[in-house]
Amino acid sequence: MPSNPTLLDDQPATGAPPSSPSATTIGDLEAGLDRLQSQGPPARRDLVRSLLPVAAVVALLCVWQILSWAGLKRSDLLPGPLTVAASLADAFADGTLQRAVATSLLRGVSGFAIAILIATPLALLLAQVRTLRAALGPLVSGLQVLPSVAWVPAAIIWFGLTDATVYFVVLMGATPSIVNGLLSGIDQIPPQYRSVGTVLGATRLQHTLLITLPAALPAYLGGLKQGWAFSWRSLMAAEIIAVGGSIGFGLGSMLQQGRDLSSMPLVMAAILAILVVGIVIELLVFSPLERRLLRRRGLLTQGAS
Amino acid sequence: MTTTTAPEAPSVLIENLAKAYPGGPTVLEGITTSIARGEFVCILGASGCGKSTLLNVLAQLEPPTTGAIEVPDDGAAFMFQEASLLPWLTARGNVELALRLRGVPARERRQAATELLHLVHLGEAGGKRPHQLSGGMRQRTALARALAQDRELLLMDEPFGALDAITRDLLHDELERVWKATGRTIVFVTHNVREAVRLGQRVLLLSSRPGRIVEQWQVTDSIRNDAAAAAALTRDITDRLRQEISHHA
Repeated sequence: MPSNPTLLDDQPATGAPPSSPSATTIGDLEAGLDRLQSQGPPARRDLVRSLLPVAAVVALLCVWQILSWAGLKRSDLLPGPLTVAASLADAFADGTLQRAVATSLLRGVSGFAIAILIATPLALLLAQVRTLRAALGPLVSGLQVLPSVAWVPAAIIWFGLTDATVYFVVLMGATPSIVNGLLSGIDQIPPQYRSVGTVLGATRLQHTLLITLPAALPAYLGGLKQGWAFSWRSLMAAEIIAVGGSIGFGLGSMLQQGRDLSSMPLVMAAILAILVVGIVIELLVFSPLERRLLRRRGLLTQGAS
Repeated sequence: MTTTTAPEAPSVLIENLAKAYPGGPTVLEGITTSIARGEFVCILGASGCGKSTLLNVLAQLEPPTTGAIEVPDDGAAFMFQEASLLPWLTARGNVELALRLRGVPARERRQAATELLHLVHLGEAGGKRPHQLSGGMRQRTALARALAQDRELLLMDEPFGALDAITRDLLHDELERVWKATGRTIVFVTHNVREAVRLGQRVLLLSSRPGRIVEQWQVTDSIRNDAAAAAALTRDITDRLRQEISHHA
């Protein structure tokens, strides 16, 4: 090996290459190659990029304010952002806003949690039992398309004006999305991961917990995200339609109250509050979870951060 | 290291093995051979000759159609072609998973995984995830994971096929060192004649469609250490392989 002068001292010129380089030499070589071939640290997030959405919202608010000043519509039909803000401040001052957000969020989150608890084992079962999947798969996909508002009248007849009505509608909205998300995640698992599990001697349960579930996690999270969106929408629909009885006062109820009072500022304030809760959940819960999950697997491209 | 003369029971016995898929062609036919404990055997053949199928049968991932195989009771460790590391686990996590599924208690896993990673010179990279590792580092992690299974028989399915030439040369040295240090029986599948002569004590040439053992060569240490002899053997095997392929023209 003439290219490696340090070895020449130990190896007199026999013409034959050394039978095997010493272990430290392999280690050094590999360390060098590893350094050359590995990637550097990932790029940091751009501050300007994350401020862009804020700028867009500010621009929209300006346009809205200008339109309302222009007086194209009567001011009680198209209140400006300042009027709506005042209405929000009123609702905040007498506590109805906080109460409505808390009630809706509590219902949304607990309904969503129940949906996860039902959908996850159901999806795992469907993925394992082929016949069951063939029988129920189209039905689940169909339910995903069915607007969950359609369940509200049925729920009111079954459960009356109680919280059970709200939970039922949320459940019917979220479960099919979560089931389908996890199912498609399991379908997309590369076959060699299964072989790895088999070769390493995993039992059926270990296969499910240590290989299938983590491998399907990105698509599962996608399903959860969509499931939450359906939960939140279904909840608002249910709260708008089913008012009174033992049902508490949520954001949907606040929206309906604005309509009853013909108070456009209150209606827009409620819409804004519903929107903001949705955005906040996305930014604080799903977006960081998703980014962390994808980055750890090296699936996050730099442009998508 | 001495050439094995197999005084004890062989590690693997294959008797008249055939494999055919229902409605498909015969993939393997009349395979008979025995592999001694601690032997390094390379199985060589063109693409589609059933090399991987043979390994899958030995790993008991697929049943043979006819014939019999005898492998160690605890089965075999398996190293795949590429990209078989689980991306949600770190390098150490992948090795620890093999230990966990083998039943090693939680307290001992971390220590054992670190030692195995040191064995393949990856002591520093244990905390990295597969996508942060180079191709060579990934396959060394996969080797550490296969060693973590602690089986006497190690099956390797073209493990270095996707690597660049520099890395592959280095991993040949690495694998030879690990083999001598651990005394495993290795069955190594490849389509690279030079690789087979570089690594194997014995090279089996498989024909294509159906796969049969057409010839085998012993690669003694004296051949391996003599560049001219190794080159001559490589040429012989290559000629025989080409002859086998041109049958299908």
